[in-house]
Amino acid sequence: MSDPGERGMSDPEEDGVRTRVIRTDYLARVEGEGAMYVRLDGREVVEVKLRIYEPPRFFEALLRGRAFTEAPDITARICGICPVAYQMSAVRAMEDACGVAIDAGPLRDLRRLIYCGEWIESHSLHVYMLHAPDFLGYAGAVEMARDHREIVEQGLQMKKAGNAVMALVGGREVHPINVRVGGFYRAPARAELRTLVDPLERAREIALATVRWAATLPFPDVEVAPELLALAEPGAYPIDLGRIVSDGGLDIAAAEFDEHVVEEHVEHSNALHARLRERGSYLVGPLARYALSSGALRPLADDAAREAGLGPVCRNPFQSIVVRAVELVQACDEALAIIDAYEEPDAPAVEVTPRRAVGHGATEAPRGLLYHRYEIDEDGTILDARIVPPTSQNQLAIEEDLRAVVERSLDLPDEQLSLRCEQTIRNHDPCISCATHFLQLTVDRG
Amino acid sequence: MDAPPVSAVRGAGQPAGRRQTLAVWKFASCDGCQLSLLDCEDELLMLADRLQIAYFLEASSATVQGPYDISIVEGSITTAHDAERIREVRRNSRVLITIGACATAGGIQALRNFGDVDEFTAIVYASPDYISTLATSTPIGAHVPVDFELNGCPINKRQLLEVIAAHLARRRPRVRAHSVCVECKRRGTVCVMVAHGTPCLGPVTHAGCGALCPAYDRGCYGCYGPMEAPNTASLSAGMAALGAEDLDLVRVYRTFNAGADAFREASEAHEPGGPATDRQGGRGS
Repeated sequence: MSDPGERGMSDPEEDGVRTRVIRTDYLARVEGEGAMYVRLDGREVVEVKLRIYEPPRFFEALLRGRAFTEAPDITARICGICPVAYQMSAVRAMEDACGVAIDAGPLRDLRRLIYCGEWIESHSLHVYMLHAPDFLGYAGAVEMARDHREIVEQGLQMKKAGNAVMALVGGREVHPINVRVGGFYRAPARAELRTLVDPLERAREIALATVRWAATLPFPDVEVAPELLALAEPGAYPIDLGRIVSDGGLDIAAAEFDEHVVEEHVEHSNALHARLRERGSYLVGPLARYALSSGALRPLADDAAREAGLGPVCRNPFQSIVVRAVELVQACDEALAIIDAYEEPDAPAVEVTPRRAVGHGATEAPRGLLYHRYEIDEDGTILDARIVPPTSQNQLAIEEDLRAVVERSLDLPDEQLSLRCEQTIRNHDPCISCATHFLQLTVDRG
Repeated sequence: MDAPPVSAVRGAGQPAGRRQTLAVWKFASCDGCQLSLLDCEDELLMLADRLQIAYFLEASSATVQGPYDISIVEGSITTAHDAERIREVRRNSRVLITIGACATAGGIQALRNFGDVDEFTAIVYASPDYISTLATSTPIGAHVPVDFELNGCPINKRQLLEVIAAHLARRRPRVRAHSVCVECKRRGTVCVMVAHGTPCLGPVTHAGCGALCPAYDRGCYGCYGPMEAPNTASLSAGMAALGAEDLDLVRVYRTFNAGADAFREASEAHEPGGPATDRQGGRGS
């Protein structure tokens, strides 16, 4: 059996210099298949790789020739953890191509609502099942539950509330069936949405408790350097709409993304690495959203952040667990506000007529900015597709973070250094399933 | 819904003295089907009390060496390395259960099986030397014997619990192979095809989702794959009468279960130039 989860270390003497290799061949508690490899010569970090070996699935190629209306269902299958994000960026891009904008009203509210459900589900999963075990010294949430059953059960209850939102608005939790270009197939009745109030109010309480609990975890005092990039919308915490901004002064429309972000294919990875043209690595996700829009948090989430000791910007990836918890408060509170104000739309969708055009869509997946661009023909046939998921944007920054962590932690024994490196990767909640599916085809006929 | 309540898991019989072991394996896929196990928020910890989760990398870094009593496999085979890996998994598993459209039919990535591979390759790519992949995406059953296949893109988590419970108790899972139409009738949903003229794959699609799409005023798009002995020719004629053209019919059958024999053949019947004969990808019937 290929030995899973095995950590490998070696320290052969080479030319008198002690070479140390820290590697994990099968990273656990991340979405998808990835490996980590760090090589040191003496005290010099020579090589740092987050290797993505999950096989590519070529979505950009297989979208060609499909109908523009099929993009939300097909691209949802890129990731079972954040299918709503793919659906939302896809419908935005297609509507943009067709000259339709759903920027206000109940259809947009329903989109934000189902997106809140996905944030709640995904962040609960990461905070309690993937990330917390690192801080408390467990292999996973099931092992953690032996000593902290109540904490894990609370996390699962909050996750369940997020899933309930997706199941009601979208039809099911994984790969919802109710999202379409132009809106929805069926708009839920007001009375149906009211059934979500109780579980969401409980989830909001759990989220507040999660912020307080997460703030007590032990955090090393570190910061990451890269530019932080996220959507931003005046007066609102970004989810489904906005301009793309960074703390380095970038401020562009989604349509300009292509001009500013370049992707390159590197040897050790089945994902493309993104970087900002002439600027370098950047980070998307909760830390970026929080840094750029903490002033737009709902009062309840803002208060929770302050009580937890977070300033307006947090650059410590270990503390991302607190920021995710704050976003959980935000998403629960926002979902409740949407339900409270909801009026059923006149029609579940607006008419969208295809035309020959290029459309762009950018929304905030739980892990950060997710960009789609499509070129469609006059009958709506997809001619070209480009999808840039959060994790391929973050991969360079994660590797830089990993390098900095190793340089700071050279005196740790191998086993501890390896664990520290793995946690450094999990701090960023990489979704390897997402990142890996965007290479064009190469065929090994063997 | 066909699956019984979760109490079935609670009552699952086990040999005394040793908890049975469960392993979860991933091949080319989106993670959504194995996520369904973590989405069993009310049952997960109880399940972990009943059996030993011996290998589940998405959930835990602690792993136990095989052999395993039950292996659950997500994803399709798209690389030579994975074709070898699934044989190792099979050798180390008493029971092997495949979950989801990727593992049972090749998944959405099996669309490559229909492409002219040379043309596909000609689509601009970065550095082909860095990656390798097979020309096809094939289901697990095309490589090793499979004890049970659970359909769906994604699977239904209630059905997953039933399948696990049944194998723990060494009985047959109660998962029906009839069409989505039956689920609509049981749910009391008005037929979207008859009443609204909406094309719907329900008459040929395997049950299991609970007939979700028609309940949301949408035609079934076949994400649970073909039912047993589907009459696709009749349905295609019905959809054509509603205005579907050949290209529409090809697309309708060619999504997440494009590699399943019945859907593959139905799509090829409407391709320009007639059925292709030299493509692999469906599982042998």
